[in-house]
Amino acid sequence: MSVLPEFENHAEQTVKMTTCYMCACRCGIKVTMEGNEIRFIQGNPRHPVNKGVLCAKGNAGIMKQKSPAKLTQPLVRKAGTERGAGEFEPISWDKALDLLTERLRKIRSTDPKRLAFFTGRDQMQALTGFWASQFGTINWAAHGGFCSVNMAAGGLYMTGQSFWEFGDPDWDHAKYFMLWGVAEDHASNPIKIGLEKLKRRGAKFVAINPVRTGYQAIADEWIGIRPGTDGLLALSFAHVLLKHEQFDWDFLVRYTNSTQLVIDAPDTSRNGLLLRNESGELQVWDQASDSPASWTDSSHDNDIQAALFGEYLTDEGVRVKTVMTLLAEKYLSDEYAPENVAAITGVDADTIERLALEMAHVAFRETITIDTPWTDWTGRRHDKFVGRPVAMHAMRGISAHSNGFQSCRSIHLLQVLLGAVDCPGSHLAKPPFPKHIAPPIKPAWAMAPDTPLSSPPLGFPMAPEDLVIDHDGVPLRIDKAYSWEAPLANHGMMHMVITNAVKGDPYPIDTLILFMANMSWNSSMNTAEIQEMLRMKDEHGGYKLPFIVTSDAFHSEMVNYSDLVLPDTTYLERFDTISMLDRPISEPHAACDAIRQPVLEPDRDVRPWQEVLVDIGARLGFPALTRPDGEPKFKDYKDFIINWEKAPGIGFLAGWRGENGEQSMVGAPNQDQWQAYQDNDCFFEQHLPAGQRYYRFANKDYLEWASQVGFNAHSGPIVMELYSEVLQKFRLAGQGLYDGPKPVRQEDKQRLVQYFDPLPDWYVPLEEQRVDNEQYHFHAVNQRPMFMYHSWDSQNAWLRQIMAQNYLYMNRARGKGMGIKDLDWVWVESHHGRIRCQAKLMEGCNPDTVWTWNAIGKQSGTWGLSEDAPESQKGFLMNHLISELLPAQEGEHSLSNSDPVTGQAAWYDLKVNVYPAAPGETGLYPTFATVKRLPDMPPSPEVLHYHTHTPVNLERSMQDALSRGHLAGGDEP
Amino acid sequence: MKLGLVIDLDTCVGCHACAVACKQWNTSGTTGPLTDYDPYGREPSGVWFNRIRNFEVDEYPNSKTINTPMSCMHCDDAACVTVCPTGASYKREEDGIVLVDQSKCMGCNLCAWACPYGARELDEDQGVMKKCTLCVDRIYDENLPKDERQPVCVLTCPTHARFFGDFDDPDSQVSSLVRERGGYAMMPELGYKPVNKYLPPRQRPASPMMEKREGGEKESLIGKWMKRQKDAFNSLGKGTH
Repeated sequence: MSVLPEFENHAEQTVKMTTCYMCACRCGIKVTMEGNEIRFIQGNPRHPVNKGVLCAKGNAGIMKQKSPAKLTQPLVRKAGTERGAGEFEPISWDKALDLLTERLRKIRSTDPKRLAFFTGRDQMQALTGFWASQFGTINWAAHGGFCSVNMAAGGLYMTGQSFWEFGDPDWDHAKYFMLWGVAEDHASNPIKIGLEKLKRRGAKFVAINPVRTGYQAIADEWIGIRPGTDGLLALSFAHVLLKHEQFDWDFLVRYTNSTQLVIDAPDTSRNGLLLRNESGELQVWDQASDSPASWTDSSHDNDIQAALFGEYLTDEGVRVKTVMTLLAEKYLSDEYAPENVAAITGVDADTIERLALEMAHVAFRETITIDTPWTDWTGRRHDKFVGRPVAMHAMRGISAHSNGFQSCRSIHLLQVLLGAVDCPGSHLAKPPFPKHIAPPIKPAWAMAPDTPLSSPPLGFPMAPEDLVIDHDGVPLRIDKAYSWEAPLANHGMMHMVITNAVKGDPYPIDTLILFMANMSWNSSMNTAEIQEMLRMKDEHGGYKLPFIVTSDAFHSEMVNYSDLVLPDTTYLERFDTISMLDRPISEPHAACDAIRQPVLEPDRDVRPWQEVLVDIGARLGFPALTRPDGEPKFKDYKDFIINWEKAPGIGFLAGWRGENGEQSMVGAPNQDQWQAYQDNDCFFEQHLPAGQRYYRFANKDYLEWASQVGFNAHSGPIVMELYSEVLQKFRLAGQGLYDGPKPVRQEDKQRLVQYFDPLPDWYVPLEEQRVDNEQYHFHAVNQRPMFMYHSWDSQNAWLRQIMAQNYLYMNRARGKGMGIKDLDWVWVESHHGRIRCQAKLMEGCNPDTVWTWNAIGKQSGTWGLSEDAPESQKGFLMNHLISELLPAQEGEHSLSNSDPVTGQAAWYDLKVNVYPAAPGETGLYPTFATVKRLPDMPPSPEVLHYHTHTPVNLERSMQDALSRGHLAGGDEP
Repeated sequence: MKLGLVIDLDTCVGCHACAVACKQWNTSGTTGPLTDYDPYGREPSGVWFNRIRNFEVDEYPNSKTINTPMSCMHCDDAACVTVCPTGASYKREEDGIVLVDQSKCMGCNLCAWACPYGARELDEDQGVMKKCTLCVDRIYDENLPKDERQPVCVLTCPTHARFFGDFDDPDSQVSSLVRERGGYAMMPELGYKPVNKYLPPRQRPASPMMEKREGGEKESLIGKWMKRQKDAFNSLGKGTH
């Protein structure tokens, strides 16, 4: 072999590990630097999340760093100019923070709720939530309200674990995998790694999705379901399982509330509640004594034989039925029979029956075991873990509908019937999950000037008493989360903040702080009107939303609508914490958290937002951040992260605690903790012992450990709630029967009665209920392409070469029948608005569905793109078609376009009409004015030759060129 | 040695990770930069060595979506080498990698026309032809950790749909995969003997179904279950009170 030159001078390179920040995966990355330039970003093979691989976005990190849209300095809206006009002046950090601190100080000392602090793809909600609590405002949340609260809440109120980031399919053991409504979204690399494992092992992969792109492309079977009907399909599967007696009897008795007794006392305040004894213990029906006995005792005591089925009468004359009886009665009814579900879901009856029976076969005939002994919570020893190897994962296509909470529960019901929860081959929880139902944190409601909240702004209501409303039932939060309109709005309702604040409903606010949230563009429903609202003034000439502060790293559409812009660093320029208190990076069998460390120095006058938050908090005198003498308690963000403790021994980072760093999970602050993380590739991973890896909802050793390390409040079992008494209490309130707070408004009563079924339920999505479905025939949904998943920017010079324009995709035969061909301009109309865009036809699309790639469309002038960039000239948003409010009905207060249980923004409920534009009618509609460039923004380059060193060309010797012909091996002179 | 890639169409989800990793590595690689034109403007484009095509086969509802990454096939009989008037294009004797010596290339584009796979990309700004090098600057770099001496497209692929190795070695992973999975060359009828191979999507056998049970009426079923529960209880000898 010829001698090769040295290609890279490794001696001049430095390598640093850190954590990616371009989506919710938070993969470990290894960054090779040459000077202050990035040579290469690759996946860290040791990292628990991505195990060495990296997605397209992660690989494009260089172009994120080189983006000409990076903010360079703090900016303030020029005096005398209008908000949104894009006239900004540079301001020093000192002045910017003085200005902001003074304003916030006034708010804090008078009426703290006049500050609303909402964050977007925030990966440090433990910190931002802490900050809001210390400030004393309940008006805080992140973007979960329009992302996936339905998945989180659906799971946490039923099984104690959930889809989303809270669990993963058991990729190593599952034999059957059902993927529900994953629009190339959460999660990225872990799902891809897992799918390959499944396919290599020959497991069956069924994808349920109206569109066959992305992961669905490699599914063994694709079910092109009609949007919004997944819950009904799941319940029809449940019908088939019950009809053919395919359910895990022992699993239901041991681990769920299926044997508990539901009181049948119509028109009383007890109706539908669970039977308890005088000590409040939940009751089952003991066949031995033919009387009620405590569920807990029945679990321990073999002499008590809890009935799974039956209707009984207690000595006190209370009529009761087991949960399982109610459940069987409900789902065995004809309503859920495949032949009655087929037309609604678009899935034929034979297919529904076959898929259900295939799953049953895998669960009960292809059962697997892992020969590891374990002990359940009652002390019973088991010599092995029994696995029902049916795994599921579900995301956006379930969550972004107004029936998403119940649909998510319906999928969990299916898992529970199959006994396929946290057992080998099923869906596995990731620590700190599973949690008790529900985690014992109640949302804060009380506020006082200059006083921290006594509990976090977000929590888990268990009854109407926990709502965040005043005595008259008026919402206390600006987004109306935890009101009668959205009682379990556990992630807040960010999509309602601007509309509510501008209307002054429930009250006006003074300042809105936004972080990483593009609320004047693709992160809002009803974008055009939201922009108008941001400009709207009151009768005194002041803005209805008086002051808007944005922290972002790039020139987004929201920056343009801000009064004060605080430039953030990029993800490669910062320290960060991915905390166990928040959304850690755990794997099913390991508790993991991570940090970010800077791999390069910022070349601009920017500061990491978390550093700024700690700074402002100290300036405002937050008790947790200041000493009694008023001096800051912590030097900086890093110092704060190390030394702040939530409870003794428990802080933001779980690794290397204790004075000498020898303790994990719990221990005193360790001053060398950051260094320890840096030395371990920026992550911490505590593997669970083999006996604690499954059945953790009932696994004694796991439960004890989880309570010792602060994941759970106690070590009792996590009993899955197939029947939710929490929902029933709200339903009673709607019926006017509840012993406690009750709604006054008719629409609230009706929604509580209709949608708070204590058993998983399905109903037609709310927008579909209210619009003329003949006129608005099509469902319209959107997804992010994998190479832009969870990123909302569009300036990446490499990724935009893959896609800089989106199209309206529709089923080919359907489109042809309507006279539509590829690239035709079409009108898309909803009850709320209309857009004109270009269409493309495809086969892999449900005929009643149109869809597009989301957030490709941009406002001209933003993101460092030229004014004529396709993103602004041809790219479009569906957001213009989606109202943040439901179509109004007479005599009703306005209601948000959200799930009536969780307040999740229902942006997949959209119904539209599509028709070809008239001849000559071309071009994008609506269009928006070009946003002005920011002061001192460098011009965007016209050509890029990115490289970090002179290329070492491999020269071909002249002799080789002359002596060889074209064939390798050279058979010609 | 005959180095090349195997790409598994059974697991490729079309995520573009390989394409962007390639772009990232090679822009500072042997034939870098991989120039981008109008990167923030109306018609962004640039030099890529690896592009993902996707297409659908069959019709709704039986349609399949196939993602196909395409890069230089490092053909045994490479037309791009044959047509090169300056000798810049060559196929290395020792490992079969097809390369372009940048110092000899005059950017005439003949090779790009000759390549049926669209694998060659002229750097319009620099006036020279560029293409996949199989990461020659990684696979032979002994200063890299051993398991990283692979093309970056292979290293980064989240679904592990890409394999790199020596097709001359019958025991190599790439040779075995091609044998076992029916790996095929793309457009072999053209006669260029492409080295890279594709593995077809697996045809999974139908899953067995649980047999159906008769008599699934609501009332009769619940009655039956109540009886089963009672029988089980009686069989424990506790139903005698």
